[in-house]
Amino acid sequence: MTYEELLREMTTENERVVIMTAENRAAIRNLPPHVGDRLIDVGISEMTMVGASAGLALRGRIPIVHALATFLTLRAFEFIRTDVGIPGLPVKLIGAVPGFLSDGNGPTHQAVEDIALMRGIPPMQVFAPADNDDMLEALPRIVASPFPAYVRFNALPAVTAHAPFAIGKAETLTDGNDVAILTYGFLLREALAAETLLNAEGLACRVINLRSLKPIDEETIAAAVRDCSLVVTLEDHFLTGGLTTILAELMMQQQLTADVLPIALKHRWFTPATLDRVLEHEGFTGSAIAVRILRALEGDRDKKPMLNHTSSLFKTYL
Amino acid sequence: MNASEKQELLQTAMRVREHIIRLATDGGCFIGASLSCADLIVYLYRRILNIAPDRVDDPDRDYFLLSKGHDVPAVYGTFAELGYIDGARLGNHLRTNDSIYWHPNRNIPGVEFHSGSLGHLLSVGIGVALDIKLRKAANRVFVMLGDGELNEGSIWEGCLVAGAHKLDNLVVVVDRNGFQANMRTEELIPLEPLEEKFASFGWAVRRIDGHSFDAMDEVFSDLPLEKRRPSMIIADTVRGKGLPSIEARADRWFVNFTAEEVDMLLDELHGIGNAALTSDTLHVR
Repeated sequence: MTYEELLREMTTENERVVIMTAENRAAIRNLPPHVGDRLIDVGISEMTMVGASAGLALRGRIPIVHALATFLTLRAFEFIRTDVGIPGLPVKLIGAVPGFLSDGNGPTHQAVEDIALMRGIPPMQVFAPADNDDMLEALPRIVASPFPAYVRFNALPAVTAHAPFAIGKAETLTDGNDVAILTYGFLLREALAAETLLNAEGLACRVINLRSLKPIDEETIAAAVRDCSLVVTLEDHFLTGGLTTILAELMMQQQLTADVLPIALKHRWFTPATLDRVLEHEGFTGSAIAVRILRALEGDRDKKPMLNHTSSLFKTYL
Repeated sequence: MNASEKQELLQTAMRVREHIIRLATDGGCFIGASLSCADLIVYLYRRILNIAPDRVDDPDRDYFLLSKGHDVPAVYGTFAELGYIDGARLGNHLRTNDSIYWHPNRNIPGVEFHSGSLGHLLSVGIGVALDIKLRKAANRVFVMLGDGELNEGSIWEGCLVAGAHKLDNLVVVVDRNGFQANMRTEELIPLEPLEEKFASFGWAVRRIDGHSFDAMDEVFSDLPLEKRRPSMIIADTVRGKGLPSIEARADRWFVNFTAEEVDMLLDELHGIGNAALTSDTLHVR
């Protein structure tokens, strides 16, 4: 099933659902003939779209609102915060090409602070599906939630089978106590690739697809912090305000300590290119992630015995 | 509107002005702009809006959205007079035991949406109007904008969108009192010619005297102004209307009077002398 087909189904089955877009039709191109006037295109007017979504929600609708993630969360930020956030209306904001998925667009289009902004709005829920299946699994629950929500749109092909979705629940895809990799969005693909490489080094990794960033699965994260020798946060977002911050807040609240390796954008925008080149250049491929993890472990004298110094992966980073 | 109905409107508007003046102490309020739109708000609630205190949640009601939220004393004064709230509640102004503060919020029955940040409620009104159209219902959405508020880009974005979607169930009223916070609009960001601007965005436009109930009756009793176009009513008003010592004074925007000054202003409202205002009334906000 595609995103478009799911929206068509939801619109047909639930008269409360309306689809809105600021002329961002990439994901809903074939929808208009099927949903008629329940698709409202306001043109390139993100502020008016979000304000109007609040008006529609006030009348009982559940607007599913589309724009590029960066223009939605930045241009219309105050409308989201003031018109949707203050009354807590069930508007569902779908941000297209978030994070690295804006690939060649350049910094104007890079939504790499969207998680920080959206989680800062009190009633807002925040979701970042790992792939198309994960997104379609989550969407009906997100639409059924009475809260406003922001979703990082991601229709990339599935990289793994997913557990049933529940708001506030992460899914643990591999088990292990050496390294925990916490991630969200399409980078799960790279986390799983890194896990395979590290596994060959004899390191058991716990790869966690967070899915729901707010509310966050505190139990799963706290267990990973307690059980694992190194906790890695992997995200295509600025270091400030995203997963690394979420982890820091949680560890402070629960009085936990851990060795943490944040893999994120450190106070700069990323170099625009095709997605594979971006990942290569920025060090976010599975092998680059594995090497960064090995290096972090290598830096810790106590953990040296874990490492297999004769492996090819180990040699690549020496 | 017959003579006694008009007399009743005049009396209600007078009492609403008294409420506004009483709210301008012990913390103060935005008195000038509240007085400029008071006649319009009283008229709309009394004569035009299909709404009543016992039907504030009726899905078929007309909506009134105050986008220039700092004029809320005019709305609360009207609510007190028409029975939406107990007038005694106005005594809770700026107290933490109630929600009567400088901008409207939905804790007050009859308030459809909160405002305060300028340039928001046209878009919210567009959303309400779109839903009404989807349901093929007959209710109407009235949005009151300030003229200073027209500086906001979101207003013009909304004007384009409402025109494009042919929202003839949407009626915008501009309280054209000629001032923004600290200056005359035409001295800062000139707005005229306003009728032509809005007309070119696809709106049906009329301009009236915003203190004349007869003029209001003429335009508001036959809406929409044109089929398949949103209606724009530019109401020329006077900031501080009813109080000569405040009218058209740029520095009487936000005020916090002493109790004695409030008494003098109430007298002035009723034509008894001129209030000798000594408070430092220029509060830049």
